[in-house]
Amino acid sequence: MKTGIQSYGFYIPQYRIRIADIAHAWGKNAKEIEASLGVVEKAVATAAEDSLTMSYESSSMAMIKNKTKIEALFFGTESPVYAVNPSSTILGELLNIGNHYLAYDTQFACKAATGAIISGLALVESDQIESALIVASDKATGKPHDALEYTAASGSVSVVVGKKNPILEVEGWSSYSSDTPDFWRREGLKYPSHGGRFTGKPSYFKHINGSVQTVLKKTNLNPKDFTYAVFHMPNGKFPIQIATQLGFSQKQIEKSLIVSQLGNSYTASALMGLVATLEYVNPRERILFASYGSGAGSDAFVFRATKEIEKKRQPFAKKMNEKKYVDYSTYLKYMRII
Amino acid sequence: MNTHIIGYHTTRFGELWEKSLFDLVEESIIGVLKDAKCDIKEIDAIFFGNMLGGVLENNLHAGAKIADIFGLTIPIFRTEAACASGGIALHLAHEYIKNQPGKTVLVVGAEKMTDVQPEIITQGLMSAASGEEQESGLTFPGLYALMARVYMKQFRYERKHLATVAVKNHAHGILNPTAHFRRAITIEQALKSSIVADPLGLLDCSPVSDGAAALIITSDDARSKKSKSISILSSQTATDSISLLQRKSLIELKATQIAAKKAYIEAQITPDRINIAEVHDCFTIAELFAMEDLGFWKKGEAGKRASQFETLLENKGPLIVNTSGGLKASGHPVGATGIKQVGELYLQLTGQADKRQISNARYGLAHNVGGSGGTAVVTIVGV
Repeated sequence: MKTGIQSYGFYIPQYRIRIADIAHAWGKNAKEIEASLGVVEKAVATAAEDSLTMSYESSSMAMIKNKTKIEALFFGTESPVYAVNPSSTILGELLNIGNHYLAYDTQFACKAATGAIISGLALVESDQIESALIVASDKATGKPHDALEYTAASGSVSVVVGKKNPILEVEGWSSYSSDTPDFWRREGLKYPSHGGRFTGKPSYFKHINGSVQTVLKKTNLNPKDFTYAVFHMPNGKFPIQIATQLGFSQKQIEKSLIVSQLGNSYTASALMGLVATLEYVNPRERILFASYGSGAGSDAFVFRATKEIEKKRQPFAKKMNEKKYVDYSTYLKYMRII
Repeated sequence: MNTHIIGYHTTRFGELWEKSLFDLVEESIIGVLKDAKCDIKEIDAIFFGNMLGGVLENNLHAGAKIADIFGLTIPIFRTEAACASGGIALHLAHEYIKNQPGKTVLVVGAEKMTDVQPEIITQGLMSAASGEEQESGLTFPGLYALMARVYMKQFRYERKHLATVAVKNHAHGILNPTAHFRRAITIEQALKSSIVADPLGLLDCSPVSDGAAALIITSDDARSKKSKSISILSSQTATDSISLLQRKSLIELKATQIAAKKAYIEAQITPDRINIAEVHDCFTIAELFAMEDLGFWKKGEAGKRASQFETLLENKGPLIVNTSGGLKASGHPVGATGIKQVGELYLQLTGQADKRQISNARYGLAHNVGGSGGTAVVTIVGV
């Protein structure tokens, strides 16, 4: 049995804000913004929620179907509740997994958690641990009136990796990294900065292209060997463009394109696309998955579903559609901007 | 005494993230030396036009940096006059050698603008405006929008009259392989583009670009015969108040009018003999002003005549304007613009403009403006 993802959970806050409402607040043309970003609304965590509370929700869901011993807990986020003080240990305590586990928080913009998945897989494969819980959780915010304000969203995804009855086997992975500062937040500053169009071609597209081409070569597969593909979703346009560039069809990615409804939940964004796809995947079908983290890097995985997926599948679309709308001032309050 | 242009090279204009300011300078200098079949040892001095290196990158003392790249000890001067930095570099190079027979100098203009965020570049560009304009929160789109409003009200023009300038220059940009934008736009698209400063929409504005352009000019008549060459018949510059508040009229740029008048006198020609012009269309309204202030069209006529696309390449009129795509489509790396304008005339007058070549051109005029008209440079060339 190959190593892989044994179970998963996710959390989507119930509130949404319409992109049109943000656009109207700033006197912008809502239709133009929706069309240029491919996003119509985004998920909003309340003032009582943060990356840690959301991680507890998604991890609890992942742990319901878990019968293995969690001996590592990695927490990926770019909105940690403490600058110094690990979220991983607080979550471990809340989940009551004892004390004999390796814990650390990881930081690498939107791919903080997928790198940690690779670390977890390595520990499992080398029989150092039985299984690892990896969390991707963010309450992401953009500076009011910055382009990021239209997409930065909240959400959390948790996965348990191990060898016991995985739902997704990992057939291969590859990483592509370089010093490319397209998006950053300096110590002490509340909001991130970004390089506008520089976040595109030399950043998102170059790195995902690098990781995906390599993993396809390593596994001797090509796009038509996959039923689904999932790419990081900073907006609704980039994943469609990278899919086309790499030779994947609209049909292969359409189940993952939840960014138009949920926005970009940063570390959770690509994984949210993956768990949305898991609602539909059948045993033996392959999923190509690629994250992207600014700064920059991309981790690509070849996953293959097993029959275990039927037992551990979680309803996603229904949860996504349980929603209430807030206006712009409530959104600012929930995000603690005012 | 005339001087001669014997070579030209431009980098691509656009978002060149993989290149620094001095990478671009180096690329354009190597390119122009090759084009003129000239060794760097034959160069007696270098003039470098650049506006923002000191403001955005803390990057000054450019002369020594260029010397360092090429292992030089010759005089190297940096000129700065906002968006006319390149035009001023050429003007000074021409002045430097015109009474010194046998000298050959290199003029290079470059700007690195796309590595910083929009608010930083906007603030940096506003260093070229008056203190009052900066403090009141005005930007260059805002300043030109104020002038556009006055012009449109006085002569009963609408936004569509401005838009024709952008449509024409984009049509030319498609034909220029080094242009920032190489796609056609329609009047409808221009009118629908997001408003930057009413009445100027996004497609009324030239972009922020990276790029460099270089020319070699010589006062050595024998040297000029070894290369494809054209003559600089005149290069004149004039200044005006930096602030719009001090101007008597907001529908013309006095600096352009003065520099043009002096240039026509020195070159001993009249505007109707110019076959091709590169004018400073930082905003669409600026090309309308230029056409009038340079004496091509009467005051108030430009909106109407631009709408008839009289200066579009394919209409083969007596005067074609901005075959490079202008600042609007070719891009506007500010220090490079004034050099690129004269370089475009060089390509046209020596028959090297490929798909955008006009026929039988004898005289060309380049018009480079700093800020909202505080500086203007008018250069007339001929074969």
